[in-house]
Formats: sequence, C-alpha cells, structure tokens
Amino acid sequence: MKLTVNGEVREVTSTTLAALLDELDYAPDFLATARNGEIVPAAERSRCALKDGDRIEILSPMQGG
Amino acid sequence: MLELYGETLSSRLLLGTAQYPSPAIMADAVRASGCEVVTVSLRREMAGNRTGGRFWELIRELGVRVLPNTAGCHSVKEAVTTAQMARELFGTDWIKLEVIGNHDTLQPDVFGLVEAARILSDDGFRVFPYTTDDLVVGERLLEAGCGVLMPWCAPIGSARGPINVDGLRAMRGAFHDIPLIVDAGLGRPSHAAMVMELGFDAVLLNTAVAKAGDPVAMAEAFGGAVEAGRKAFLAGPLEPRDMAVPSTPVIGKAVFE
Repeated sequence: MKLTVNGEVREVTSTTLAALLDELDYAPDFLATARNGEIVPAAERSRCALKDGDRIEILSPMQGG
Repeated sequence: MLELYGETLSSRLLLGTAQYPSPAIMADAVRASGCEVVTVSLRREMAGNRTGGRFWELIRELGVRVLPNTAGCHSVKEAVTTAQMARELFGTDWIKLEVIGNHDTLQPDVFGLVEAARILSDDGFRVFPYTTDDLVVGERLLEAGCGVLMPWCAPIGSARGPINVDGLRAMRGAFHDIPLIVDAGLGRPSHAAMVMELGFDAVLLNTAVAKAGDPVAMAEAFGGAVEAGRKAFLAGPLEPRDMAVPSTPVIGKAVFE
C-alpha cells in the first residue's frame, strides 16, 4: 500500500505502525509517531493498523530555541 | 530562587540548543552559562539515522531540564500534536508553546496561542507561551491555565534588544506575581541585564549565544549579565532624573575668592 511518510510517498508492505518502523529501518527508541495528524504513542504502535493513503510522521529530538 | 510550575531553579537564564557551530560547543556553552533549562525541539527523522538519539544523549549528559518547543507550528492543531509528541519523546509535561502567525516577523498568532494553551493546559501540560507584551493576551493566557508568560522583546533572532521598554514595564506591573520570562529578541548581555533590572524573572535566548564569535564566552557573559540585572533589580535602581545632582557634597567647600 502507499503511505506518505515524513512527506514522502512510500510503497510498503507493513500493516501496523510498529512493523512500518522496522521495515523502514528506524530504531524504535527516541522516536515519536503520528498518523493523520494524531499522536500514536509508542505503546500503541503495534496495534495501529495502517490504511492506504495514511500520512505518517516520524519525529526525533533535535536542537531548538 | 526562580520557581516555575513548582520547580525551583537557581539560574535565571534559559538557553536554546540550536545553531551552534558544533554539538560540543553547544554543550560547553550550556555549561559556561550556568543555565539549568535548555530548549529543544523535534523534527522528522530520516530512516536509518539516529541523529535525534545522539542529540538527546548529549542533552541528557548535561544534566539539565529540557523545555521542548513547538517552533514552526502555524496552527493550533499542529502545535497541540507536536506538544503531545514532545511530551512522550522528552518525558516532560513542560512545553514552550509557539503558534506562529507571521512568516516575516515570526510574531505569535495570539488567538491560536490562547486556544492551544487552553487545550494543552486541560490535558495536563505546563505551558510556557511565547507571546507578545499585550496585557489582554497575557490575561487570556492565564485564564487558559498558563502559570508563566514569555513575552518577546523583539522578533526572534533579531538581536535588537527591548524595542518596547514601556510595554515590558507595563507587563511587569500588571502581572506582579506571575513568572515572566523575556523570550526572543535579546542580542547582547546588556539587553538581558536591562530586562532583569525591570524585574523580569528570567530570560530565554539562543541565537545571541549560538551565533556569537565565541559562543562559550558569550554564554558566560549572558550568565553574568542575568545575575547582575537580578541583583540590581533587588537592590532598587535609582530612577532617571532630568537635572544634574552633584554626587560630591557642596557643604564645606573652600572659597578662594
């Protein structure tokens, strides 16, 4: 299915957010995730079923002012 | 001592972590400044990278408290979701709430700010709103649940220093028992000392240190200026006078004519 991950369209096979992080080679710690503008806490990623067209955001800590 | 949402801090300087020449210089600047709170943010992570993890480990080694921001958010929805993600990522309910309303001035959208502050406060966040020196907005933010106000003194990164001193004075007078932190627009240690002399509780800055020729030395200079300004405020500064007043007593002066 096609997802938009961090603004880029990706063709993926994963059906959950947890599996998607694995498929895309993300280390699952130090990440915060959202689907279609709503936060998905780390504990819920394995239960977060993905649908075609979902917009996924994968964020990590960075410098800020 | 400075108290923010029940946390007691001995330093009245809050420092940003962005734009330094290197992570090592950032860490040295934080140490040199004596600050106990640093601002951080969150951004899209590239697949296969651990950039965010490395940065977070560096911050944790510094042993300072973090204040995550919602920098770059232009809508209430964006700011609220970013705050929720920051809470999970950094393990703190503190949030520097920015809802930007204008691309050129990075002026806060105060209407969206109040709305987002209410949503986040109701959700248990301790909100540090980046606001203007508008008193009515300040009142609305307090009603929304904020326990701290952070007015700008000039546009973010402009280094202009306080451009509306009367506005800052009025804000201090209006909110005498609320912690007020000048956030954004400070360029030099003298600017920081000036707002501290007005009675502001703390300052938050980033660019003025990070983009200085020697960020570590500038961090130390700002730390000293904030302390000096605070001491001066507590000591009761003399108000300006229109006419000269001799400092050396004239009584007993010899007459030679």
